[in-house]
Amino acid sequence: MTSSEAVAVGLTHGRSEDTGLGNRGPQSKSIVVPYGFWLFVLSDMVLFSALFASYATLVHATDGGPVASQLFDRTNVAIETASLLLSSFVCGLAIIAAKRKNLFWTEAWLVLTGLLGLVFLVIELREFSGMIAIGAGPQRSAFLSAFFTLVGCHGAHVTAGLLWIGTMIAQIWAKGFQPHVGRRLLCLSVFWHALDIIWVAIFTIVYLIGTLP
Amino acid sequence: MFGRLTWDAIPFNQPIPLITSIVVLCAIGAIVAWITWNRWWPYLWNEWITSTDHKRIGVMYIVLALVMLVRGFADALMMRAQQTVAVGASQGYLPPEHYDQIFSAHGTIMIFFMAMPFIIGLINFVVPLQLGVRDVAFPTMNNVSFWLTASGALLVNLSLFIGEFARTGWLAFPPLSEKAFSPGVGVDYYLVALQISGIGTVLTGVNFVTTILKIRAPGMSYMRMPIFTWTALAANLLIIAAFPVLTATYAMLMLDRYLGFHFFTNDGGGNSMLYMNLIWVWGHPEVYILALPAFGVFSEVASTFSGKPLFGYRSMVFATMAICIISFCVWLHHFFTMGAGADVNAIFGIASMIIAVPTGVKIFNWLFTMYGGRVRFSVPIHYLIGFMLTFAIGGMTGVLLAIPPVDFVVHNSLFLVAHFHNVIIGLVVFGVMAGYTYWFPKAFGFTLDERLGKIIFWCWFIGFYLAWFPEYALGFMGATRRLQHISDPSWQPYLDVAMIGAVVILAGIVLTVVQLLYSIKTREQRRDITGDPWDGRTLEWLTLSPPPHYNFAVLPDVHGEEAYWTRKQTAIKLDRLIDEPNYQPIELPLNTPVGVICAFFASLCGFAVIWYIWWLAILSLIGAFAVFVWYAWRDEHEHIIPVQEVRKNARERRRIREEHLQNLSQSV
Amino acid sequence: MTEIDPEALNVAPGEPHDSLLTETLSYVVGLALALVLTGVSFWVASTSHLWGPGVAVGLVVLAIAQMGVHLVFFLHITSGPDNTNNVLALAFGIMIVFLVMIGTIWIMAHLSTMTPGPELTNLQMQRG
Repeated sequence: MTSSEAVAVGLTHGRSEDTGLGNRGPQSKSIVVPYGFWLFVLSDMVLFSALFASYATLVHATDGGPVASQLFDRTNVAIETASLLLSSFVCGLAIIAAKRKNLFWTEAWLVLTGLLGLVFLVIELREFSGMIAIGAGPQRSAFLSAFFTLVGCHGAHVTAGLLWIGTMIAQIWAKGFQPHVGRRLLCLSVFWHALDIIWVAIFTIVYLIGTLP
Repeated sequence: MFGRLTWDAIPFNQPIPLITSIVVLCAIGAIVAWITWNRWWPYLWNEWITSTDHKRIGVMYIVLALVMLVRGFADALMMRAQQTVAVGASQGYLPPEHYDQIFSAHGTIMIFFMAMPFIIGLINFVVPLQLGVRDVAFPTMNNVSFWLTASGALLVNLSLFIGEFARTGWLAFPPLSEKAFSPGVGVDYYLVALQISGIGTVLTGVNFVTTILKIRAPGMSYMRMPIFTWTALAANLLIIAAFPVLTATYAMLMLDRYLGFHFFTNDGGGNSMLYMNLIWVWGHPEVYILALPAFGVFSEVASTFSGKPLFGYRSMVFATMAICIISFCVWLHHFFTMGAGADVNAIFGIASMIIAVPTGVKIFNWLFTMYGGRVRFSVPIHYLIGFMLTFAIGGMTGVLLAIPPVDFVVHNSLFLVAHFHNVIIGLVVFGVMAGYTYWFPKAFGFTLDERLGKIIFWCWFIGFYLAWFPEYALGFMGATRRLQHISDPSWQPYLDVAMIGAVVILAGIVLTVVQLLYSIKTREQRRDITGDPWDGRTLEWLTLSPPPHYNFAVLPDVHGEEAYWTRKQTAIKLDRLIDEPNYQPIELPLNTPVGVICAFFASLCGFAVIWYIWWLAILSLIGAFAVFVWYAWRDEHEHIIPVQEVRKNARERRRIREEHLQNLSQSV
Repeated sequence: MTEIDPEALNVAPGEPHDSLLTETLSYVVGLALALVLTGVSFWVASTSHLWGPGVAVGLVVLAIAQMGVHLVFFLHITSGPDNTNNVLALAFGIMIVFLVMIGTIWIMAHLSTMTPGPELTNLQMQRG
């Protein structure tokens, strides 16, 4: 049997025909890891959609208590939005620097990302404590439970993200730009951008539409 | 210091939990002593507990499932016994507070800790082998997923010894599950255990979707994947889509219970109907997460034991993906009676009937696969035929229930209970038993005893009909579900027949244990020498049994559907094996204790949260985070199998296959 | 048989893949667009020049546009053949989000119209 016949009947190795996209064997980790993380982020979006659906259902269930238009301050929300958006932008710059293995700029942009995220979080915590102080806490009504859970869940994700940013700053400092560190940084940036996407939905639906005249 | 945990939590004055606790603790103690005496801890730790090998993890899932089957079935027997004796004047032996915990535990354990681990275990073991690759996309995360599931199982079972379990049914509907009406620890055990295992499940979903979409042998395009892999893909997509909703819903109920929120309470504007809606948004896809891989098992079994390719492969793939998508559009049929109105009910009722169509397509495909083939009546084929008969009936009662006016009559009656046990036992239980028998030799190198296997099947089959057909009748006669006491004595004969059925199934379960022990003892008689005991058609049968850690010395090239069958037939026709490939050293991920340690902290944190021991909860969270960061700081990720070892194993395999090939040529 | 680089057929989600200038530009343009759209959202929500019921719809459209900007300019989700898996996953996610949210809102709205419950009492108390 000639080698071409052997190839034709599949008796040799490494000759599987090109059957299209992604059929050349297992993909490398630099593709697989971010894809898996992308799927996880999408599952997180489904979690938020359940919270959004609950919020939409309970938004008028105020039990005679405070309503949205009495509680929300659009100026605060504008500052939060700007901080988070800038934070997302700066995170992108960190990824660009990391791709070029520039230690100083990667760390600098990451620190700035974290600081802007912290600004967001501080404003949000002050909003929450202010509401609780005037008796508009989550135990007051179903609407407030839904509000605090939806917005608070996003805030909890931001907090987790800040912990992650801190860990990455430390890890890049200690280990440099090894492949697995680079992959984690990419996953972090996907997470951070996704949080901003969720925030777009929150400020639009909860704070803007919720306080329309 | 210890929150609300006191000595009262231990059921000293309740004989059944007390005796069960003592017996189980003694059994665990005996097993631990036996392992210690034989010095097996290092082996268990290195080869199983910290393993990142999908095959080992798959086996561990199935071991968990089998143990939980015994626990869940014990609950079922107790329920059957209570209903058989508590008729008319008698109150039976289980007071309502206790009976309520039993039916809640039965459902929770059977779905979350028996069926899910069994299915996920089969997927874990089989899919990477069928894809022709070495492992899943995220092997360490796979290990973590298993241990988080085990942690959930541990907490649910702990409620038997310390405290109590929920009395709300397996879905814990509010307002009953709210603090006001369930102030004890039962619902908290339920919520915490399922949140922990739910995280593990979502990670499994991410793992397998990534693996199936991104990690396949060269040449394996989507339409060349085995059908079990397709159903695994659909099921894992559903896991990613549905489980976050469960997490959110349970989180909302926990916020109500722990922090006084008002999502589902009667006061403060809460809406318990919202819980019903959300929990079934998860609940319906959940049953398809169980059903689709079971369909996949039957597809593999049908084609292998008929000696024919699966009939209508493409239509099977489309039917699978159609069921995957439609299963997300039918959830309201679980609460037609909640009052959404005729328009809403009609849409969801029609969608529920539509989903029967692709299912019917599948049934016809299996029939046509068997038709014209040379069917070998192995144990898995018994389960296939039993499934087709039983599931068809269960499916028909399902279509009945999908009609809202009918559902208004039989909602939450025993007719409903009989329907879902019909489809779950007929499809999921028969499917996992078939899969267990079919892939057992691949995992352990010898087949299970066939005669006992057939007896076990008949126990399940006959036992099922005896146990559940009376329930259909009782449902029509007005029996509701979850009855601790039966007031109509004319129902006694039906209940007696149902009890006999339960005992027949019990025989099947006992024999399953006997079969395992007996098969291990006599394994030399049924050694799987070639690795291909059933004349299989998919790539897992290419390896020896059990496969080496890395599965394949060289990833196989795939040239068509039924990758292994084509290669095998070519080798037989040309009377030679494929050329010896160029062996390379193989990189494999390291074992890791991060899974079991994180699960330990998760269990500790969960226990602390349930009993309000706040300092312990915070400490264990910090512990879990610290372990995670420590793990993330490691520099060594892989170890290398040297090329000499790869070559030696592969040449041994080739030698055995050469012999097998010559035997085949001589017999032709 | 030519060897095709498997990397070329797949791109990781979120990974920029061009020159420094092009990559940075992508983020700058994204930021600018997002700022504009956000600003417009805030203006739309506070102005009285637009027809009432249309405002909510407009805000939703603007929100979707902002999400699109994030996806394209920050997450680099494009329609090229190398991005197919990423787009398919996103489409699946969007479908589920849509089903969960619209399904729940639709069902719960019907339930509340059929059930005289605390929500109606609340509305009366709010107006009163």
